[in-house]
Amino acid sequence: MAGSRLSRWFDRKGWSDLIVGAPYIWLLVFFLLPFLVVVAMSVATKTSTAPPISWGGEVPLVSWEAYARVFGDGLYLRAFLTSVLNAAVAMVLCLLIGYPMALGLVRVAPAWRNILLMLVILPFWTSFLLRVYAWMGLMGRNSWFNGMLTDAWNVLVPVDWAVRSIPMMNTNFAVVLVMVYTYLPFMILPLYASLERLDPTLDEAAMDLGSKPARVFWDVTLPQSIPGIIAGGMLVFIPAAGELVIPTLVGNASSPMIGRVISDEFAQARDWPMASAVAVVLLLMMVVPTMLYSHFQARAEGSK
Amino acid sequence: MSASEAGPFLKIEGVSKSFGSFQAVRDVSLTVEKGEIFALLGGSGCGKTTLLRMLAGFEEPTSGRIFLDGRDMAGVPPWNRPVHMMFQSYALFPHMTVAKNVAYGLKHEKMTRAERDARVAEMLDLVQLTPFAGRKPHQISGGQRQRVALARALARQPKLLLLDEPLAALDKKLREHTQFELMSIQARTGVTFIVVTHDQEEAMTLADRIAVMDKGQVKQVGSPTEIYEFPNSRFVAGFIGSITSFEARVTGREDGLLAVEVPAFGTRVMARDVAGVTEGQAVTLALRPEKLTISKDRPEGPNAVEGMVKDLAYFGKDSLYRISLPSGALVQAHAVNARRGTEAARVADWDDRVWLGFDPGAAIVLAE
Amino acid sequence: MKRRPVFLITMLAFGFAFFYIPILSMIVYSFNESRLATVWGGFSTKWYVSLFSNRQVLAALVLSLKIAFISASIATILGTMAGIALARFRAFRGRVMFSGLVTAPLIMPEVITGISSLMFFIMLAEWIGWPAQRGFTTVTLAHITFSMVFVTTVVQARMIQADRAIEEAAMDLGSRPWQVLFDVTLPVIFPAILSGWLLAFTISLDDVVITSFTTGPGSTTLPLLIWSKVKLGVTPDINALATLMVLVVGAGVLIAGIVMNRAAARASADARLAYRANE
Repeated sequence: MAGSRLSRWFDRKGWSDLIVGAPYIWLLVFFLLPFLVVVAMSVATKTSTAPPISWGGEVPLVSWEAYARVFGDGLYLRAFLTSVLNAAVAMVLCLLIGYPMALGLVRVAPAWRNILLMLVILPFWTSFLLRVYAWMGLMGRNSWFNGMLTDAWNVLVPVDWAVRSIPMMNTNFAVVLVMVYTYLPFMILPLYASLERLDPTLDEAAMDLGSKPARVFWDVTLPQSIPGIIAGGMLVFIPAAGELVIPTLVGNASSPMIGRVISDEFAQARDWPMASAVAVVLLLMMVVPTMLYSHFQARAEGSK
Repeated sequence: MSASEAGPFLKIEGVSKSFGSFQAVRDVSLTVEKGEIFALLGGSGCGKTTLLRMLAGFEEPTSGRIFLDGRDMAGVPPWNRPVHMMFQSYALFPHMTVAKNVAYGLKHEKMTRAERDARVAEMLDLVQLTPFAGRKPHQISGGQRQRVALARALARQPKLLLLDEPLAALDKKLREHTQFELMSIQARTGVTFIVVTHDQEEAMTLADRIAVMDKGQVKQVGSPTEIYEFPNSRFVAGFIGSITSFEARVTGREDGLLAVEVPAFGTRVMARDVAGVTEGQAVTLALRPEKLTISKDRPEGPNAVEGMVKDLAYFGKDSLYRISLPSGALVQAHAVNARRGTEAARVADWDDRVWLGFDPGAAIVLAE
Repeated sequence: MKRRPVFLITMLAFGFAFFYIPILSMIVYSFNESRLATVWGGFSTKWYVSLFSNRQVLAALVLSLKIAFISASIATILGTMAGIALARFRAFRGRVMFSGLVTAPLIMPEVITGISSLMFFIMLAEWIGWPAQRGFTTVTLAHITFSMVFVTTVVQARMIQADRAIEEAAMDLGSRPWQVLFDVTLPVIFPAILSGWLLAFTISLDDVVITSFTTGPGSTTLPLLIWSKVKLGVTPDINALATLMVLVVGAGVLIAGIVMNRAAARASADARLAYRANE
């Protein structure tokens, strides 16, 4: 009897509790709890013990010192600004390159389309680190690519401006270039998805009504692909702003991006409260565009 | 045993269902006899599908009770009900063959492998799909999928089979053929069918009895003839077949007939008596187009109205006329084109003055 | 009449050149005789030979594959559960919080996930004495956490598409909810589960940042090994390793593409069969 009651409970409720419960508890323990630890760390005091923090002893138990430094010290604000600027420029460049590519993918013959799409997705499956690394090889002073650009530069500009090689590595230019390279598929794929859905007869209708192709693009195609633009923009901007690998490998150490600041505060300065405070602020910065995004998405779905 | 045989086979008792503030089903009470084909007919959002889902056990009634063969079904989960459903989308398992689909429900029965195989073979034979046993659902046609869904639902020998819009996904030609097939399978198996449909013709041909539903309520229950010939409300009259209705007032009773004053006709007409209406009451007079006669001369009988042909549509076997009355009202009338010829076929032509006549028995007086 | 979109095709060509020239250059230079990685000094396969005799690289590869396999498998189970829960259970207590928890790791910068996991493991060791040491276990736990939400996204999308009626049909035919799950739901969404697993596997195999925070002495994954070498500059043996990895993944994606094309061809053959069955 007890067994049948148990099995009835399991059929009605138990199995669904299990399906919700297991991932729920996992994420609470291994995602939310660690993040709460970070939040707690951000109001702790740095000590020379191990682990190098303490929560007071004195009243108040919390210290806002780390936050005061985030907003008071120009270093952190500059790092935030550099991150946002680099990410924004990368996002715009991805859009400018990715949009015509996505539109091209929609317009090419279907036989080609699948092959080309696979070529867009292929880099996405190859190692991120190696894609960054590939550019390190191209941008170095002695590389054929740098040599080619240097020659072109020297031909085009007055003799006084001639250089032996173009300094590309360890600049913000390199960071943005590699970001565009690594995140371009994230822009192309949502754009392609939203452009592919468009009804081609709309274009024909607009042309039939007397619009030139450029005008049709502006009046018909572009407005309808705005959800794709926003989705692609978010997918590029958010990871780019918090990027650590690219600025570490090709970036300028004297104007670091925020991801690198967090990592350095933590690993090199061993200032956990500071690293945590910067992390909390960065996350808050991410929440705003994400909420805007879901707002737009909800509106787009609502209007369907 | 005796208790279950005494009462009706399926008894729905004051069932209501709300989703939040929305009342999908309001206080529905119905009884269905064993072996009947019973149709729930109504437009979308009338509550028929919610009612069906409550019978299957996917939804619990907010209030009211359902008895099947004398057993209260409250709290019985779908997997323990002797009720099976044929889904509108057929809901065939895409990863199983036709035979596996049909066999699926049987794995919960205590049967030997041989018995199970025999039952599957019998079911496939019943729906004439034996040659397709090894195919997957996406390898057969829409009509065949429908039959697989039927065989699968019948395999466990349910007490009650629920069919949700069984013919909606089929094209028109196949639909007629399938209708008769469904009826013959029902007759052979003797299982009680409850069919949900929005298609009045489907309900009329398939069902022994029909419940017409609107806004979560049952408006009328009866045989197809009763529903068509003797609708009890303007909604039912308008939902089944086409009809023209007029405001009217009861003036009295004569010779077992009801005398009704119809302002649109400018005259008094006689109609079949309806219980419960009193002298002076405002009612609706409804006329079906095929019950009206059109003639050049005034017809015999108590009911005759003169008008002019405003519009006519030729359908081949018959024509639909729209007659405008002196009051400005329009009446629709059907006339069978019995004679052959281009002009001769028509009883009347555009702008002809004609007389409309109808039998008192054909005039429907609706109090509601 | 139809105009050739010259501009778009030019942009496509430019874009694909942009995508593939760096990779091709890397492949070419992996066969460079010279120790100076960016100056051509003749053809040689010596870096491949030295790569295959490098035990460190092989050990790191094995560790990476092990972590990726285990974390992807557990992440797939948990992520599938979460995807089913979000797609099927409309209202349960804490649903808003749950869907937030499932989305957050997708937008959380890896640095933050990394340091929060590390601080968590350190504090946990302070409080309960576990994990005594960071390494295989902590890396795997962190990988499960951030890759399961990708599985959830894939599975949830597939579940929303799937016809709910087939699950109801199974229940109607006498199956209890958990039987329905194994008989119908899981087989139907299996392709999504498989691609979720592949995604989780790739993400784990590729991860540098979170691994670098959560690992400990003696547990160096392949990306970490590459990371530590690449920080010092471009070397020809990394070129060789990168070439091999790109070729393996390229072959994998190509095979997957061919298999998918075959599946599409089979589907259209089935459609023809169904059409003939109609007659």
